[in-house]
Parts: sequence; C-alpha cells; structure tokens
Amino acid sequence: MKLSKLLATAAVALGMATGAMAEDKTKVGFVFVGPIGDGGWTYEHNKGRLAVEEEFGDKVETVFVESVPEGPDAERVMTQMALEGADLIFTTSFGYMDPTINVAAKFPNVKFEHATGYKRADNVSTYSARFYEGRAIQGHIAGKMTKSNIVGYIGSYPIPEVIRGINSAFIHARKVNPDVQFKIVWAYTWFDPAKEAEAAKVLIEQGADIILQHTDSTAPQAAAQEAGNVYTFGQASDMAEYGPKPRISSIIDDWAPYYIARTRAVMEGTWTSTDTWDGIGPGMVGIGEISSEVPADVKAEALALKDALAKGEYHPFTGPLNKQDGSAWLAAGETADDGTLLGMNFYVEGIEGTIPQ
Amino acid sequence: MDLSAINPTLLLASLMVAATPLLLAAIGELVVERAGVLNLGVEGMMITGAICGFAIAVNTGSPVLGLVAAAIGGAVLSLLFAALTQYALANQVASGLALTLFGLGLSALIGQGYQGIKPPSFPKADIPFLSDIPFIGGILFRHDFVVYLAIALTAAVWWALKYTRAGLVLRAVGENHDAAHALGYKVVRIRVAAICFGGACAGLGGAYISLIRVPQWTEGMTAGIGWIALALVVFASWKPWRVMLGAYLFGGLTVLQLNLQAAGVAIPVEYLAMSPYLITIIVLVIMSADKSRAPAALGRSFHASQ
Repeated sequence: MKLSKLLATAAVALGMATGAMAEDKTKVGFVFVGPIGDGGWTYEHNKGRLAVEEEFGDKVETVFVESVPEGPDAERVMTQMALEGADLIFTTSFGYMDPTINVAAKFPNVKFEHATGYKRADNVSTYSARFYEGRAIQGHIAGKMTKSNIVGYIGSYPIPEVIRGINSAFIHARKVNPDVQFKIVWAYTWFDPAKEAEAAKVLIEQGADIILQHTDSTAPQAAAQEAGNVYTFGQASDMAEYGPKPRISSIIDDWAPYYIARTRAVMEGTWTSTDTWDGIGPGMVGIGEISSEVPADVKAEALALKDALAKGEYHPFTGPLNKQDGSAWLAAGETADDGTLLGMNFYVEGIEGTIPQ
Repeated sequence: MDLSAINPTLLLASLMVAATPLLLAAIGELVVERAGVLNLGVEGMMITGAICGFAIAVNTGSPVLGLVAAAIGGAVLSLLFAALTQYALANQVASGLALTLFGLGLSALIGQGYQGIKPPSFPKADIPFLSDIPFIGGILFRHDFVVYLAIALTAAVWWALKYTRAGLVLRAVGENHDAAHALGYKVVRIRVAAICFGGACAGLGGAYISLIRVPQWTEGMTAGIGWIALALVVFASWKPWRVMLGAYLFGGLTVLQLNLQAAGVAIPVEYLAMSPYLITIIVLVIMSADKSRAPAALGRSFHASQ
C-alpha cells in the first residue's frame, strides 16, 4: 500500500515535472482506433493532427498511438499520454467514451476531447459531425442509381450513430425510389478488411448493386470493383483512388478546423468543456466529388440537397415519418430533436430486419 | 425473410474461397504434427506470409511471385522455430506461442507503407468447357488456381502419408522417435523438413487472404485463422480428408451466416456469428468418436543422446 502510494506520487510528480518542462510547447495527444493508413476514419483524424502541427509549428508537439483497442488498453494509452505531459488529448472513437471519462477524472489539469460520445465532464468535451446529413445525399444518389432496387449496407456496431446513418440514407432513397430495399449486415468491427470484404461480397451476391458502408477500410470498395456493376461511396475519407467507379461520391470528415481551434483555446487558456455537433454547413462534413458515372440531373439534385442542408433549410429527419412498427414518430413538417437523434435505437418504417440488441 | 435471395451457386462457390486459407494452413500443420512436432506458431507464419506475398506482389507486379515469396517467408520463419525446438531443445508450446507473437510484430513492421495499396489482381482460371456446365461449373471450375492447389495438396498429403515410404518414415518419427532413430532415420532432419513444409503452407494461406480474398494489407488481418487451423487438425484427428471437410464446413458456415443476415433471417446475429465455430467442432468431434488418437511423440523433444 505504502509502496504503491509512493510510486503513484512519484508518477504524478514526474508527470508534473515533464509538464512544467514542456511549458513553452503545447503537447497534443491523439488516440486512434485504426492504423493511420486505413484510408478512412483514422486517416482523416491524422490529417487533422498534421494540420495542427502545420498551423502552430514549433509551439506545438503532437503525439499519437494508432490501432488502440476500445477497452482497458485505451485507458492505459491515455494515462500514459497524460503522464508524459500532454495538455490536450483527442480520443477518436465511440468506444473510448468510458475510458476517457475515467482517465480524465484522474488528471483534472489535462483537457480531453472525445469524438462521437455523449458523456462530458469539466475537462472532457465531446465533438462529432452530423454524418447523417451526408448519408441523406448518399441515400438520394443510391435510390436514383440502383437498378436492382437493392442497396447493401455494412453496419459496424448497432449504436445510435450507425442506426441514424441507415435511417437517413433509407428515408432519402425511398423518397426518390419507392421500391428500394435495404439489406443490412452487421460486421461488429470498425476495421477488419477481411470481414468487410466478405460482407460486401455477400451483399453483392444477394443482388445489391449499391454498397454503403459504415466501416473504415477500403476493402468493400475493392470487392465492388472486382464485382463490376456495383457502386460505392467513400466512408469518412474520400477514397478517391476507387473513383470514378465503383466510388461515385463520399462523405469526408474534416476535423482540421476543429482541432486547430481547440488547440488554440488550450494555448490561450480559454478552453471550456463544450459539446460540438457540426454538419455540412460549418464544413465538418464534406461531400466528395460526385463522379462522372452519376447522370447530370441526379448530380444537380444531390448538390441542391447539399446546399439546402448546409443552409439549414432542410433537415434530413423531417416528418411525416413513422417508426418501423408503424407507430407515428414525426408529424408532417416536424423535425427530429437532437436528443432523439443522439439516442436513436429504432429503424424508420420500411426497413426490414431488427436491430441486434 | 427472403431465402430465395441466397443464390446457392454463388454461396457454394464462395464457400470454397473462404475455406482455402484455412485448409492450406491446416494441412501444413497436419504434416508437422504427424512428425511429432506441435507448432503453435501457425498464426504468426500466416501473417508473415501474407505481408511477404503482398510486398513482393506489389513490387514485382506478379501475384504468382507473391505466392512463392509468401511460402518462402513462412518457411524461413518456421526455421526459427525449428532451430529453437530441434537443436536448442526448447519447449515447443512456448516457442510456438513466441513465434505467433513475433510473426504478428514482424509483419506489422514489414507492412509499414503497404497499407491502402492495391495489389495486382489475380487471374481467375476459368477452366474451358468445364466452367460452362450449368450449376456445377459455376461452383467448381471458376476459381483461381490456389483453390485447386489446396485440394491437390490435401490429396497429395493423404497419398504420401498412406502409401509412400517417406510418409511411413514421417509417421514413424511422429509415433516413436527413439525407435525411428534406432532404425537409422534422421529424426531431427525429418522434423525440420516437416516444420518447413508447414511454414510454407501457412505462408501460402496467409497470402491467399492478402492477395486474393481481401485483397489488401492490414495489420493482424489473418484475425485468428491460424488458431482455427490448429484446432481443426486436432478435431479432424490428424486425417487429411477430415481436415478438408472441417475447413469447408467452417468456410461454408462463415459465408452462410452473412448470407442469412443479409436475407434478414430472424435469428439473432450473435448466434449466427458463433455458429461456424460451434457446428464445425461438434461435427468433427462426433466423427472422431472412433479410435483415432494423436501421434504418440507429439510435442516431445528428441535428442540422440537421451
């Protein structure tokens, strides 16, 4: 007991000492769920990190750890970063939520930023992007482009974030194509190319000619390319190397402005715990170039939809909408509130299948 | 639920593809274990083969050279295990586990810079005439040649173990290495050769995943197939055809469960996901109820002086 206390004190003292030594430099840590070369989610977060380095030059030092599993390992990595004197730590996956809160409680002077979560503390902010706005545009294009009327969807985990995307894409696909159906496969991973490729192949074999993915690798794009007449959308990153076919557009996460703003806030001492949820309007969600495979009129409609979303004139979840069981959810003209969206655990009417619990 | 959405031809065809890496790794390990050596490093050799094959295929533009490099990579890594266990007489279980950990780390190191790169695509061998047979043609005769190589390898191993002198010597070494030694057979040399063969097969299996099935490189992409191959050898009671049956069963159920999910079958996803493991083990356990047993010298070290 005494020894462990001594060690803990020593560790804290060491942490403070290194913190003090590095006072002239602001140290920013990043915890990544996949490798920075995944070409998707983590790739974009790393681009944000590089943007921070470029913006502040010598005044900032960034560190990162990639492929950190969601769970106890994450806590260890964050603790290590905090001990090494990080002033600000970005934890970039939903599954880091509880580890972030736990570690933040132990290091009240270190600022934490957790992506896509909903738990906050005095030194923990959350931030996310309204990806479902981009999904609405994908749904629109998918509904117009499908010939088999079957759209395959590779889900990662059945969490509100993913379900929201499925609903948004489905609503807008149905709007332009009343016959469209979604086939959904849950991969139970954010990043496992073998599994994602397998899931994409199965969906294609079952007649899907559009594949939407909520997993981070480019494996489904490769599978679609091999299959031939299948279209896909880049997820999290542009994945332009698979364009103009199969990739016909993409959702791009642009974290750089946010990371720069938050780092500056720490430097200037103006950092406070906030909750940020930005969409297409502020530029956190970007729509990758719509490729030449998409007819001009569909492209124009998609861009008009993007403008309406950016200006806030249109909300992807606008009534009348029913839940899957047919019960009323939103009345005509009513839009969904953020609370419902953040906890979304139901499909909208028309989607088949059940959400795994 | 719409089961008609599942196309049996495509399902059976992708079953063969899904089973191939597993079959390759398992048949290699079977030979190793029949020689009396327990190499738990299959996963490490597979992943090393996966990156060696990928790197060479990308750099030379030839997927076939990639496969050759993968087999060499796997075999070279297995030589490390052979040196430890056959010459230094280290514990086989510990050395095998170390080999897996080492292989995972080494492959991640070599793989730096290969993430997100597309490898040259692998030619499919549409066998003329045969591939036009309705139904069966689509299932059996429209694969890349590695699928057939795996089947041929199974047949060759079965035949060699059962009907050739070399197979008999290998089995003798695995059953009783002292007796084999007394008869003048080079126990260590035979075992090293078997370990090398196992490494090459595992490397090939790994490259099949990174070059043909996915095709892409990512760290840890074999995701436990090596361990399944190890279990398969035991449950198949060290018999080549049963290994093949187990591999096809496992591959088939893996593909089937995704198909059922996509078709919207009302079975919870968790049960579907565990079904390949469960059913493969149950079937093979029931089949091994006869008097088959492990090679008697499995896992024991040999030194001529003892």
